[in-house]
Amino acid sequence: MTQVDFYVLLPLIILVTWACALLLVDLFIPKERKWLTALLAALGLALTLGFSLSQLGLENTGFKEMVVVDGFSVFVNALLLLSGLLSVALAYGYLKRMGIERGEYYTLMLFSISGMMLMAQAADLIIVFLALELLSLPLYVLSAFARPRADSEESGLKYFLLGAFSSGFVLYGIALVYGATAATSLTGIVAAASNGPLTGSGNTLLLTIGAALILVGLGFKVAAVPFHMWTPDVYQGAPTAVTAFMAAGAKIAGFAALLRVFATAFPSIAADMTPVLQAISALTMIVGNLIAISQTDIKRMLAYSSIAHAGYILMAFVPYGNPEVAPVSVAAGLFYLVAYALTSFGAWSVVIAVEQKEGKGLAISDYAGLGRKYPALAAAMTIFMLSLTGFPPTLGLVGKFYLFRAVIAGGFIPLAIIGMVTSLVSAYYYLRVVVTMYMQDGEPETEREFWLGLTTAGTALVIVIVSLVPQGLFTWASEAVLRLF
Amino acid sequence: MVPQTYYIALSAVLFTLGALGVLVRRNALIIFMSVELMLNAANLAFVAFANTYQHLNGQIIVFFVIAVAAAEVAVGLALIVAIFKTRQSIDVDTMSSLKG
Repeated sequence: MTQVDFYVLLPLIILVTWACALLLVDLFIPKERKWLTALLAALGLALTLGFSLSQLGLENTGFKEMVVVDGFSVFVNALLLLSGLLSVALAYGYLKRMGIERGEYYTLMLFSISGMMLMAQAADLIIVFLALELLSLPLYVLSAFARPRADSEESGLKYFLLGAFSSGFVLYGIALVYGATAATSLTGIVAAASNGPLTGSGNTLLLTIGAALILVGLGFKVAAVPFHMWTPDVYQGAPTAVTAFMAAGAKIAGFAALLRVFATAFPSIAADMTPVLQAISALTMIVGNLIAISQTDIKRMLAYSSIAHAGYILMAFVPYGNPEVAPVSVAAGLFYLVAYALTSFGAWSVVIAVEQKEGKGLAISDYAGLGRKYPALAAAMTIFMLSLTGFPPTLGLVGKFYLFRAVIAGGFIPLAIIGMVTSLVSAYYYLRVVVTMYMQDGEPETEREFWLGLTTAGTALVIVIVSLVPQGLFTWASEAVLRLF
Repeated sequence: MVPQTYYIALSAVLFTLGALGVLVRRNALIIFMSVELMLNAANLAFVAFANTYQHLNGQIIVFFVIAVAAAEVAVGLALIVAIFKTRQSIDVDTMSSLKG
């Protein structure tokens, strides 16, 4: 082990050390001063974000090519840490209000984020597996965090059983890939698949099955149809602050791993994988958007909306084997991930503001009258709903524009058409929330809390401002993926 | 000497049994055991492939997997115990408070 090894993983090491220290420090923080734990967690995340950004422009591998740092990992890590900071802001007031203010919450979140970061930096399939578990195990606990509330426990158990099931698929996929190529490192797999002594029809078949199993496992994590059944239940039952974190963080990490593994290790089987990815993406968009229409609970509606958005992001993967289109399309996917993460945090922050104790205030009808009584909050929610649909002037529109453009350039015109039609369908249920807020009468109750309000206002502003000048972010995303191909 | 393909076939059978168990059984504990069966099927495949290629990699991976599975047991059993305390049952069919 050399210094370089540690420097490659420096942000991650800092975050894990901070999380371990926080676990101890939290013991000595009295119950009425738990804001200190939240503050310390946010400090740790900000510190890690600083170190992560200091790696900008660095290209290196560490620990015998097991982990890697490059533009892509820095981009994803920065996005993950930003999501972490937003999650702390959302959780702080929410936990207190719901009477589940325990210090472990923040520690578990830091561990989960470190797993997500490792996922973005993994250059070996076994690290992908370890990172997947490191990000998932704390999330299982967080989903059940509001125990003994029955729905929260139920959501935790469902997430745990299906999450463990899916990691079984990932692991067996890795085993088959190892059997086919005698390697688990991404570069080793490419080498064996392209010119090694192991190229034979049997091994190619084994490699394809292995890759498909990995796709199934990670498909569970990012909630792609037909592996999405757990999503609405888990999102609904988990404490809303956890749901917000899960909806953004777990998705970003899952897509980051999917992207790196497929783009780096499996270009040789792109001809077999592209139709599968295309079908999954189309199904995810259609099913997610159609079922969302009939939802009356805002958390379930946003859960189906997150499934639908997984479909849009998956579109970016479809041309991954075509070296001319892939960089642009993957950059568009990364851009869309940023747009989705910000918008979803904004939307969840409004849900948290309206939610009351004992699960009240979660029906869409509870938003009636919000436009008259709390105009600022309703305006922010309108921006988020428009961004999720893809209306101007929001980040959602810009993201979809880049995405559809890349997919059309790759020659997948039917997929782009499905994307556009399902976006139109989605307008129905997103705008229904807006209509309820402004056109129906009601006496909604909301919570006013500084950090929550700051998150809502901040994400709304960023969504509008960046949509007017998106070029800088897109250029960064394009530079980030350059070295992947 | 047992041929390598036998090991791989056995691991595939074990994996399928595990996956079927998750889909068919209704007791959370047994579903969890089926998941463990899937992980161990993968372990068997790793060891068999490592033996074919005369690598140590595959065998080391198994250690990682065992450690991860132990961590998963800790979290999973804690969740199952917590649920049992609340509702005196770990049948996943009775867990239907979430739907829409």
